[in-house]
Amino acid sequence: MIEVKGVCFAYPTGVEALKEVSLEIRDGDFVAIMGSNGAGKTTLVKHFNGLLKPASGEVFVDGVSTRSVSTASLAREVGFVFQNPDHQLFCETVEEEVAYALKNFGFEEGIVKSRVTWALNLLGLTQYRQTSPFMLSGGERKRLALASVLAWDPQVVVLDEPTIGQDYEQKEKLRQFIVQLNAQGKTVVVVTHDVEFVADCGPRIVLMAEGKIVADGDAKEILTNKELTFKASIVPPQMTQIFVGLADFGLPTDVINVHEARRILLGFLKEEEKP
Amino acid sequence: MPIIEAKNLTYTYPGGTEPAIKNVSLTIEKGDFVILTGPSGCGKTTLCRCFNGLIPHFYAGRLEGELSVARLNVIERPIYEMARHVGLVFQNPENQLFALSVEKDVAFGLENLGLPRDQIRERVDWALQMTGIEELRERAPHELSGGQQQRVAIACVLAMQPEVMVLDEPTSFLDPLGAQKIFEVVSELNRKLGVTVILVEHRLDLASKHANHVIIMNERTIVLDDEPQEVFDSESARLIGVGIPKATKLWVMLRQNGVRLGRAPVNPEEAVQLLRGVLQRDRS
Ligand SMILES: Nc1ncnc2c1ncn2[C@@H]1O[C@H](COP(=O)(O)OP(=O)(O)OP(=O)(O)O)[C@@H](O)[C@H]1O
Ligand SMILES: Nc1ncnc2c1ncn2[C@@H]1O[C@H](COP(=O)(O)OP(=O)(O)OP(=O)(O)O)[C@@H](O)[C@H]1O
Ligand SMILES: [Mg+2]
Ligand SMILES: [Mg+2]
Repeated sequence: MIEVKGVCFAYPTGVEALKEVSLEIRDGDFVAIMGSNGAGKTTLVKHFNGLLKPASGEVFVDGVSTRSVSTASLAREVGFVFQNPDHQLFCETVEEEVAYALKNFGFEEGIVKSRVTWALNLLGLTQYRQTSPFMLSGGERKRLALASVLAWDPQVVVLDEPTIGQDYEQKEKLRQFIVQLNAQGKTVVVVTHDVEFVADCGPRIVLMAEGKIVADGDAKEILTNKELTFKASIVPPQMTQIFVGLADFGLPTDVINVHEARRILLGFLKEEEKP
Repeated sequence: MPIIEAKNLTYTYPGGTEPAIKNVSLTIEKGDFVILTGPSGCGKTTLCRCFNGLIPHFYAGRLEGELSVARLNVIERPIYEMARHVGLVFQNPENQLFALSVEKDVAFGLENLGLPRDQIRERVDWALQMTGIEELRERAPHELSGGQQQRVAIACVLAMQPEVMVLDEPTSFLDPLGAQKIFEVVSELNRKLGVTVILVEHRLDLASKHANHVIIMNERTIVLDDEPQEVFDSESARLIGVGIPKATKLWVMLRQNGVRLGRAPVNPEEAVQLLRGVLQRDRS
């Protein structure tokens, strides 16, 4: 679906943000890109919809090089939500904001209406239909940015820090939705620092440091690897920390989420009670 | 001694149809480390804007009730005077940064305080070091990654070492180690210099161990105001949908299965201690 081949990229200031990055994201993948501040995550994902073009190397979306097509034509297929929602919101009302792209892509009026209603409901913004996006709270603005992209149901969604500013309930709703999207065959890429969110989703993790990819594997393998997490400035999930602290009882240490933790502890306590 | 006292604060933004905060009353003691949390849109940022006088002096609108911060009546005192006592890290770092270089941004507030040159230099160096951005000092703030920008925004307020530090989701863009480091620095200022801290945060997992006071807002007013353990263990916090730390969640789930662990842990270290106790008991 997305193929990144030996991509280098430097900003006009001379900062080399990507150094020979190669990565393959297959149709239907669920990938979390993690890593320290300034590692190059945002720069990398901006290549996925042609917002940035590589200085050298090549990015292919669905087999087509991003050099040979406009960002506008990629937008329909690759929905992109910016790290900072202020870079994305410009309409007078919340409702218009969500309708904007739908209209642009030529959806008919009835569908625009029903998609807007659906997206605002999903992101808990229905009460703000007629409100100006600039009168929303920080978390609400982020959700509006998400709503306006999810509304047109792109085949690939790239979400830069989707959980920023979200309370527990919104985050959980978003998580369930993303997992469901992925189950329907959509390709999902999230850039995130939110370890607990990743531990709950369990996606493939691509780890970046200093403009390079330093690891690529499943969530459990990466989040419980001490050297890797340290290198990427990640603090392991709370459950991993707890189980590392209990290692001398013979419990496994590669536990990342709370349901798994409960099951193991209950099993262990029962077994000990038997004799 | 209270350093912040609010009585029946109600505020409506210009053009707003409903108040963004309603009847907020609270007392924060000097030296408290407060976590302020609650669902998105409940009024946290609005309340923070009152603490340093942005409301009502920058945002017009209608403010009712009483508010005193650092012995000053916020409604009467100008923003520049409040700024000597209260520092605010904005929720969106981009809105806080305006200078041409990181260094100039961090020095700006200190120059306004009229500090001598060498002291400014010292404070700027220290703040850049604490936030891990010494190598970025010459860079333009708008040419940085999101997390790097947020580090600059935090450095600006740290450098001021104000009596009251209000941090509105200051680590939302930070990598987890970076966030941990910031909480430690802030906690140290709190313990050593007695700086009063008000931290807005959704991810209680990271911050709860430093706090002695938790305030939960819901639907634009305060609904819980207590010590961390009491709040995290309370049914009402869960009903509001506040995300309790994962360590606490495990404890709740185990309790539902009849495993008794004593007092609710708020972080992994405490959970390890409690679990070790149970596992050992079980063994002997
Ligand atoms: N507009 C820009 N101009 C110049 N340099 C930039 C710009 N945006 C980012 N950079 C630099 O490029 C590097 C990579 O930045 P990028 O935004 O990709 O990081 P990131 O991994 O997304 O970090 P964060 O977690 O903080 O969002 C950093 O060193 C950053 O300072
Ligand atoms: N500048 C503004 N003008 C008008 N209304 C506003 C403005 N900023 C916020 N509001 C409204 O006031 C209410 C409280 O917003 P506030 O930003 O204080 O919430 P919050 O608790 O900080 O939320 P979040 O966690 O999403 O940042 C919301 O309904 C919001 O839509
Ligand atoms: Mg980024
Ligand atoms: Mg806010």
